[in-house]
Amino acid sequence: MIELAGLTKRYGEKVAVDRLTFTVRPGVVTGFLGPNGAGKSTTMRMMLGLDRPTAGEVRIDGRPYDRLKDPLTSIGALLEAKAWHGGRSAFHHLLCLAQSNGIPRGRVHEVLETVGLAAVARKKTKTFSLGMGRRLGIAAALLGDPRVLLFDEPVNGLDPEGIHWIRTLMKSLAAQGRTVFVSSHLMNEMAVTADHLIVIGRGRLLADTSMAEFIRRNARSYVRIRTPERERLLDVLHEAGVTVVETLGGDVEVADGKAERIGELAAQHRIVLHELSPRQASLEEAFMRLTAQTVEYHAQDETPAPRWGADRRKGN
Amino acid sequence: MSTPQPPLPQTAPAPPCPGYTSPIPVVRTHLGHAIAAEWTKMRSVRSTMWTLGVFVLLTIGVGLLPALVVVGTDTDLSSGENPLGTGAFGLLVGSVCLITLGVLTMSSEYGTGMIRTTMTACPNRGRVLAAKSIVFFAVAFVVSLVAITLVSLADVALLEGHGARQPTGAEWLKGTVGVSLFVALLGLLSLCVGSLLRHSAGAITVMIGVMLAPLVLALFMFSRALEGVREFLFEYSLPSQFFVFYGAALDEKGPSGWDPLWIVLGLTAAGYAAAHLLLHKRDV
Repeated sequence: MIELAGLTKRYGEKVAVDRLTFTVRPGVVTGFLGPNGAGKSTTMRMMLGLDRPTAGEVRIDGRPYDRLKDPLTSIGALLEAKAWHGGRSAFHHLLCLAQSNGIPRGRVHEVLETVGLAAVARKKTKTFSLGMGRRLGIAAALLGDPRVLLFDEPVNGLDPEGIHWIRTLMKSLAAQGRTVFVSSHLMNEMAVTADHLIVIGRGRLLADTSMAEFIRRNARSYVRIRTPERERLLDVLHEAGVTVVETLGGDVEVADGKAERIGELAAQHRIVLHELSPRQASLEEAFMRLTAQTVEYHAQDETPAPRWGADRRKGN
Repeated sequence: MSTPQPPLPQTAPAPPCPGYTSPIPVVRTHLGHAIAAEWTKMRSVRSTMWTLGVFVLLTIGVGLLPALVVVGTDTDLSSGENPLGTGAFGLLVGSVCLITLGVLTMSSEYGTGMIRTTMTACPNRGRVLAAKSIVFFAVAFVVSLVAITLVSLADVALLEGHGARQPTGAEWLKGTVGVSLFVALLGLLSLCVGSLLRHSAGAITVMIGVMLAPLVLALFMFSRALEGVREFLFEYSLPSQFFVFYGAALDEKGPSGWDPLWIVLGLTAAGYAAAHLLLHKRDV
């Protein structure tokens, strides 16, 4: 269990993390979502006692991090950036961590087996690929067999196989009753991994909800209709009091109302339908809408890219 | 899409601390654990071994050269000076290696990002600094002591036939234990500077400057008006203080006896206190 209470971090004038209060519960994977620069990494660093909060506090299983007697057996963390000496072998890296927490030496071999690095345990870590490095970071996190696990952007830059492995691992760790807290800036990745969601933007809490609840609330649902008799259908819908939100090409999109009702209306008026499908906008879209006001670095949306061929037309 | 689960799965009366319980025994960690970890860190990086190897080579190699010159040229040494002094040049040159090693012990953790792992494993930052200092100081002192003792024994044996006297017990103590403590403390001061600056090249430059700048400045202070400053710089420059252990004080006013050890001890204590305070105050 991780509890944050009014956690705040200020760098001079700039507020990186703004009065965050939430609880990460055991037994489920909790996704920590926010656009780049939202304050996810800073929050995680404060959870680990690396950065001192300007105000507020974090408690890991009821205690501030620096009061933990046995930090690695309470909480394991995979930090986003590389956090080891490239000249040291994977084995020795893990060994010195184990020694600093009184963890039996045998555990080093166990975690190396778990993450599949046993064969390269004696190689210098600077020869490791991105994926191997991530595995070493996870081995370090698992070393103390902790109750709480933090993963900062664990799948960033990994190949599909690596992503799948980490996803499965996180779910199985949560299933064992551990607290698993994973940060990401990809909504779709979280949608398949996390059961609970915490969304922040510009350091502020935007949502603290179950994944299902988030999807229900934020994903815009609509009904998509294709018909050769577009005008007649529009009239019928208008008469029935159904608002047509968007029409793209020959398609009709209806924001409210059920597909059944529209189907019945069409049947009554003998209108031919080629398609009638209830749809949901993508979660990525919902996430972007939620954080739209808080994105730190916006791409320049104001000046649209020139239309294809526009310059040629001008020339002739 | 994953099937959503209720946030709190425990419905039955749960144990006081719900969730996963590890089979690994929980240990209350102490300084001993941190020291064991730092020792593993030190011995598992090749650059440490290289630096120490070069240090031993310089201390013994350069240390034996003057004595070999004496033997080769048949010089008479019956003037009564401390024969251990002839072997000290190697250790003085080699101390640059200890400075480098001291700085790297701390700053390389920042350079590589290892510090985040270290501080996560041991959130007691004071303990990390203490453990690093103890391990580094012990290694630096023991290696220096062994190397300089070997050089001294060889020198005394080589020079015996050339009229050199036997060093007294106090001279032996100062010329082996004393100088070893002195250079090991210099290394520890470097470790603290490395922790303060968090940058290897910067910290090494600062320490080489501290070591050599006073001497170089004094060399070129020709003006009469600066006579006092010049003398002070000469007497208190670290290489001059180093030779005080061999009774080679420049004059009566400067440091003598065991003074250099207390001076460098004071410097190191101040550096350690600053490093400790800043380590607590700053974010990792």
